[in-house]
Parts: sequence; C-alpha cells; structure tokens
Amino acid sequence: MTDTTATAAHFQAHDDHAHHHDADHKPAFFARWFMSTNHKDIGTLYLIFAIMAGVIGGAISGMMRLELAQPGIQYLPIWAGTDNFDTALHMWNVLITAHGLIMVFFMVMPAIIGGFGNWFVPIMIGAPDMAFPRMNNISFWLLIPAFTLLLGSTFVSGGTGNGAGTGWTVYAPLSTSGSAGPSVDMAILSLHLAGASSILGAINFITTIFNMRAPGMTLHKMPLFVWSVLVTAFLLLLALPVLAAAITMLLTDRNFGTTFYDASGGGDPVLYQHLFWFFGHPEVYIMILPGFGIISQIVSTFSRKPVFGYLGMAYAMVAIGVVGFIVWAHHMFTTGMDVNTKMYFTAATMVIAVPTGIKIFSWIATMWGGSLSFKTPMLWAIGFIFMFTVGGVTGVVLANGGVDNYMHDTYYVVAHFHYVLSLGAVFSLFAGFYYWFGKMTGRQYNELLGQLHFWVFFVGVNILFFPMHFLGLDGMPRRIPDYPDAFAHYNQLATTGYMIMAAGVAIFFVNVFWSLFAGKKVGGNYWGEGATTLEWTLSSPPPYHQFEQLPKID
Amino acid sequence: MKTLKTLLMALTLVAAPSALLAQAAPAPVPPPVAADAAATAPAAPAAETAATPAPAFDHAAPDAKIGQPQPEGLHLQPQVTEIGEEAAWMHDVVLMPIITVISLFVLALLLWVVIRYRAKANPVPSRTSHNTFIEVVWTLVPVLILLVIAVPSIQLLANQYAPPKADLTVKVIGNQWYWTYQYPDNGDFELVSNMLPDEEAKKRGEPRMLGVDERMVVPVGATVKLIVTSNDVIHAFAVPAFWQKMDAVPGRLNETWFKAERTGVYYGQCSELCGARHGYMPIAVEVVTPERFAAWVASKGGTMPGAGGAKNPDATATSPAIGNAPAPAAANDNAGGLTTPAPAVDAAAPAAADHQAATKN
Repeated sequence: MTDTTATAAHFQAHDDHAHHHDADHKPAFFARWFMSTNHKDIGTLYLIFAIMAGVIGGAISGMMRLELAQPGIQYLPIWAGTDNFDTALHMWNVLITAHGLIMVFFMVMPAIIGGFGNWFVPIMIGAPDMAFPRMNNISFWLLIPAFTLLLGSTFVSGGTGNGAGTGWTVYAPLSTSGSAGPSVDMAILSLHLAGASSILGAINFITTIFNMRAPGMTLHKMPLFVWSVLVTAFLLLLALPVLAAAITMLLTDRNFGTTFYDASGGGDPVLYQHLFWFFGHPEVYIMILPGFGIISQIVSTFSRKPVFGYLGMAYAMVAIGVVGFIVWAHHMFTTGMDVNTKMYFTAATMVIAVPTGIKIFSWIATMWGGSLSFKTPMLWAIGFIFMFTVGGVTGVVLANGGVDNYMHDTYYVVAHFHYVLSLGAVFSLFAGFYYWFGKMTGRQYNELLGQLHFWVFFVGVNILFFPMHFLGLDGMPRRIPDYPDAFAHYNQLATTGYMIMAAGVAIFFVNVFWSLFAGKKVGGNYWGEGATTLEWTLSSPPPYHQFEQLPKID
Repeated sequence: MKTLKTLLMALTLVAAPSALLAQAAPAPVPPPVAADAAATAPAAPAAETAATPAPAFDHAAPDAKIGQPQPEGLHLQPQVTEIGEEAAWMHDVVLMPIITVISLFVLALLLWVVIRYRAKANPVPSRTSHNTFIEVVWTLVPVLILLVIAVPSIQLLANQYAPPKADLTVKVIGNQWYWTYQYPDNGDFELVSNMLPDEEAKKRGEPRMLGVDERMVVPVGATVKLIVTSNDVIHAFAVPAFWQKMDAVPGRLNETWFKAERTGVYYGQCSELCGARHGYMPIAVEVVTPERFAAWVASKGGTMPGAGGAKNPDATATSPAIGNAPAPAAANDNAGGLTTPAPAVDAAAPAAADHQAATKN
C-alpha cells in the first residue's frame, strides 16, 4: 500500500523539475533496509552479506589450513569436542563442505552479481532502478534463510557427526544412504533457497537489461560489465533449475523412498554427477564472468583508453557462456566414461581457452598505448589478468582426459580452481570494491592501505596456492585431513601463505572502516577522463533515485 | 629438467629392468621385515613370522624413491607403466613447456605495458580500439596451439582404452573405509586391505598413512584387468605410479587396466570423498616376479590357472595366446581357467576366451 503512494509521489516529482531533491527522499531505517526496493540499497545489503559470509568461509579455511599445517590430527577432536575419532574426522568433511558452499553461494555470487550487479547495472544502462524492485528484495532476503539453514545444518546430525560432510558437490550415495540425520536435508534446502534467489535475480537482470536501457543505449553500446551480467544471468537461468531438480531428487531419495541415484532400485549415482555438473560447470563461469566485466571497466579507466576490441570482448563472453554448457563431464573423467565421450569432452573443454585468450590479450591491448596509472583497483586488475592466466593454463592441462587421470581429485585441481576463483574472482571483487567504493559511499578509500592490502594479499595467496600444484603432482588427494609425511613441507608453506593472506584481509577491514568514517569526500567522477560509464556522471553517492530524466546516449 | 629425468627414467626402465631391480631399496630407515626381499632370489622359502598353515610369503620392502610421494616433490611420481610414461611425457614435454611459455609471455607483455605505458612515460593515450589483424592472430594462434595439444592427448586416451589381452583379473571393491581385492582367476580368494595404524606402519618400515595390512599383489609385466566397484558410497582406486584412477561406483562395474613394468611397492590413496575416514583407506600394490606371484597366491590358498608353475605373463609381448585354437594345456594363456574356482579344470578355457573378448568398455 505504502509503496503505491510512494510511486505516485515519484511520478509527481517527474512533472515538477524544480523539486529534484525529492529524488533523495529516503524511507526511515526499517523501511529502507528491511523492505527495500531500491537497487542501490539492495546492492549494499548484498555486499554486506557477502563480506560477512566471506569472513565465515575464510575463517573455516583458516581452520582447515591449521589442521593441515603438520602431519597428524591436531585440532579436529578439540573443535568437534569429542573423543570419537570418526566424529572428529567427520568434522573435517563438514569444514570442506561449508567452505565450498559458503564461498560459492554466499560470498562470490552475492557480491559479484547481487552486490555490484544491482548497484551498477541499472546505472550503467541509464535506468532508474531494476525492472522488478520488489522481486529484487525477495532475491536478497531469500539468502538469509538459506544461509541460516546452512549454518544451522552444522548443529544437527549428519551421520557420523554433526553437519553435512558431503563436499560442496553433495554426491550421492554419500549424501543419501551415506549421511543419516537432518543435516544434509537442511543443506539441500539451503541450496534450493539460494538457487531460487539467484533465478529471481537472473530474471530481474535480463528484463532490466533488455527493457530499461536509456534511449540510444543499444546492446552494442552497453558497458562490458553489463554484458557480463547479462550473459551470467542467462547462465543462472538455465543452470540453476537443473541443480534444483538434481537436489530435489536427492531429497526424495533421502526421505521418500525414491531411487533416482540408487542402483539397487534402478537408479544411477553417476546420473547425479551429470546433473550436478551440468549446473556446476556453468556455475564457475557465473562466478568469473562478472569479474571479467569489472576488469574491463577498470583496465579501460586506468589506461584512459576505450576497451580494445569491444565486440570481440562481448561475444567472447557469450561464447564462453555457450560452450560452458557443453563441457560439464570433464569433472567426471574418472567415473568410467566411454572413451569417445572422454575425447569429446577433452576437445570441447580446450575450446574454451580460445575466447578466454581473446579476453586476456584484449585487456593487454587496452593497456597498450594507454596512459596507465596504478591506483589500487588497477593493481588488482593487473594481478587478476596474470593470476587468471596461470589458473587458466593449468585448466588446459586438466582438460586432457588422459592426463587428468593423474590429477583428478588431487591438490593440482585445488590449486587450479583457487587460481581462477580465489585469485581470479576474488581479485575482481576487490578490484571492483576499490573502484566503486567512493561511488557507493561518497568517501574514498585510503590509497596507501589499499596498495598495502594488494601486495600482502597477492604474496599471501600465491604462497598459499602455488605449492598446491606440487602437492598435486606428487599425488596428494583432495579432501583429506591428514596426509603421508612426504606432503608435510608444502602444506606447511601453504599454511604460512594463509596467514600472510589473512594479514592482508585485516588491512582491508582497517581500510574499509577508516574510510567509511574518515575517508576523503569525493565528487562525481574521481577517476578522471578515463571513467566514461554513466555512474561517473552522477554524484557520489548517487541520488537515491537517479535518472528521473533519462540520459540520452550519443 | 623434469622432462629429462622422466626420459632418463623411461630409458633405464626399458634398458635394464633387472639392474633397477637389483639395487632394490636404499630406504633411509632399514626396513625391519625381510630386507631386500625383492633383490634376493624370488620365491625363497623364507619362513619366520608367519604362523598360518599356508606357505609363508615375504613381502618386499617399499622403495622410498618410487611408488610413493617424495618429500618436497615438485613433479609427477615416476611412472612404471607404458601408459604412465606416455602420459607423463605428454605432461612434461608437451603441456608444461607450452603453459610455462604462455604464462611467461603474458607476464612479459604485462610488464612491458606497465613500464612502457605508465602515465609518466606516455602522458597522452592513444585512441586505438580496433585492429582486426591482431584479433584474428590471437584467435587463430591459440587454436593452433590447442591442436598441437589435442593430437597426443586424443592418442593417449585411445591408448588408455586399448588394453592388451588381460593376463589377470582383479576385482577391486571399495568399502567404508577399506579395500577388498578378489582374484577370480586364482581360486577366487579375497583380501581385505586395511590401513596400518601409525605405530605398526613404522614398525614394518612402511610410509605412514600409506601402508596396508594386505597388499594387492600382481605379477610384473602382466596386463592386469581391474573390475572396480563399491559396496556403499563412491570411492576411487588410484595408484599415481601407474597413472591409474578409477571411481568405484556402487551398482557399476568399471573396468580399467594397468601393466606394471617394474617390481616394487606402489602406493595410492582413495580419491573420492567417501565419508569420515576417506583419508584413511590407502591402496598398496606390490608388483612381483611371476614366480613370487605364484608363491604369494599359494600363500593365500589360491590356485594358479592351468597346471603347476607354467605361469608366464611375458607371453603378452608377442601375443601368441590370442587365438583360442591351441590345445588345452600347452600354450594356454595364463589367464585361462579364469572364473571357475574349481581346481584347475581346463574345460573352462573357451569360456575364458569369450570373457576376454568382451573386455571392451
């Protein structure tokens, strides 16, 4: 009801240009933050949520690195509060499961799509808000019960001990007959809710981008970040329903006597893996594509040059999105597939290297001939380009089905996907955060702390993840809480790297809090002539409702 | 360097397997049990510990340098199968150089633009945003590189799926949290293989978390067909030194194979998350001479197919045993008589041949 009247007032403001400040009328605290329909406020909520989830997920990885720092089991029995060895070991599986699920569904996705997507997609296309503001609200608030269910699942029985110890992939039959108790059910429902949240968000983005572009903002003039979110939204819309189906069948297998994944009833455990990875592979592009978009904006801004090969960049993302749907079984090379299937998935997977290469080279070409300044966002962007390259080339190694036989489920894979995610997606998140921090808050971050954060974090994550390649080549399997003594050296090194990285994160938080209260106030376009997208035409922070007069593009 | 080492190793393996064998285990900790068993005469009657009625069998001591992870190891474990050598070559000679060069190339380009085009050195940015030629180049060159990779990659896959005729079948079953091995060709006996507790492993001179109480034992040079499955959740049977990894999926019989060219002990670990003790179900495969294999089978109360000690896996080299025409006992392939647990009746031979032919997939 109140919303309707608000909208009416909104339209009146349109008629009366003298009262433009009406656009900045903000609801009271509760209505503003708990019943929000404003894309910027919802974006802020997403970012705060993602940061908190990231702290939890990061703390869990700290526990894992602590346990892995030396051979033998040191901490698990203490953390699990038990003398039962199996229960203590189960805790390990709970940690790896929670770390994976939290980082994927509650940190990277909310931050990069919900956070930056919500904040900047409407502004970049010259729209006043998202197409479905209230659906936007429910998209965010679905995450709260989803996350609560996941955290809550660690307090109820998951079979051998409390919590879901299935890995983020939730493979049957470990997740069905292998995990008694309500914990895995809660984790599955958590994924259902998070998935529903993302599907609604995807619908919102697609509708917004297709229908609410300002006059003159043709598809081929959209900033690359908008392109990246558009492609990502399609991936979400097509992939998540498959996950929903897969885990619904898990749920009925667990509770209602169906046997979709149970061979003894005519089902097949490998069917679950096909369904999961049909979602799971596009999911990795869902996590990285918006990052590609952010990096493109930043590289262009700090080179004071338009993006090189704009159309190639846009359609490379489309190509990655399309091909990303037909390579899923490279996650399943050791399940006993037919040789021809393996050959196909080997070849198809390698194809993805081509559009990815186009992106890497186009970023470098954007810098080529530019006038580069190395502010914090640019450092993260350049770091991203190189680290993503390293993660990408090990992906080419793993793409070979015959070679993967050795690397599969070893630390080589762990190293690979942390290079593309933890040093890829997360670098792009930090890049975007520093790039837009002034725009979102009106105050600039501290440049010295920002640069310090970058260098400490950069050194830390490389010491953390690079030795994992060696562990993998030496044969160390993933997901084990203790290891043969030969693996001790690099595990200890990795734990040292974690501590350096954690110091970097501490600098980040100091910077954020210091800047929120004492950062220098900034104007609309604090990056200068290189920043050409529409958000830089607005004040910092932008008015509560922007573009009541739609901007005209060229 | 890795490459060189691998090649060297491969050469050594091809040239003088016996020489390699002879130098046995320079293990840092002198294994208390049956020192240098591999080097000394095979199938020595040796009887000290075992108290079982069956003839005792001395297991070989592991070699700290091969078949297990290396402290501070930087590269692939040494391979003792042809497939492993081919795959390691693919990794060390084809993939590693290519990805290293690509990474360094990107790094060099980045460093160059960072230095050459920093604002101070280049205050006025160019406005170039298109160059069709360069875009075509950086699309086509990666395609060519991928083609170079694809050819040996596809070949490797094809080879992995083209096993020689099997000399021995072992059924591998994953359980929470141990492995069982069945030998249908040898009287169908079964082994239950559990990880050794830390103190016990130390006592026996086995690496912690890798040593097991019952190793899977196979003859050297024999093509071993593995039928991999599971009794509960999904596990994965993995032996890095054989380049071997196959999921054990309940309700499925996954077939794979290996042909170890060197005697010794080779370790692996379960490679699919399977519950609490996923990290505690190692795999240990002991590759022995055919004579010692026969002795081991006898010690387990199993039987050798065909008559007496005529077992020789070397037959595979020229594959004379393919045609199933030959008379019963004579040149019979050593894997004949498979399945039937009954004491060596040769009538089973034709059936066995059928079974072998159905190997595909």
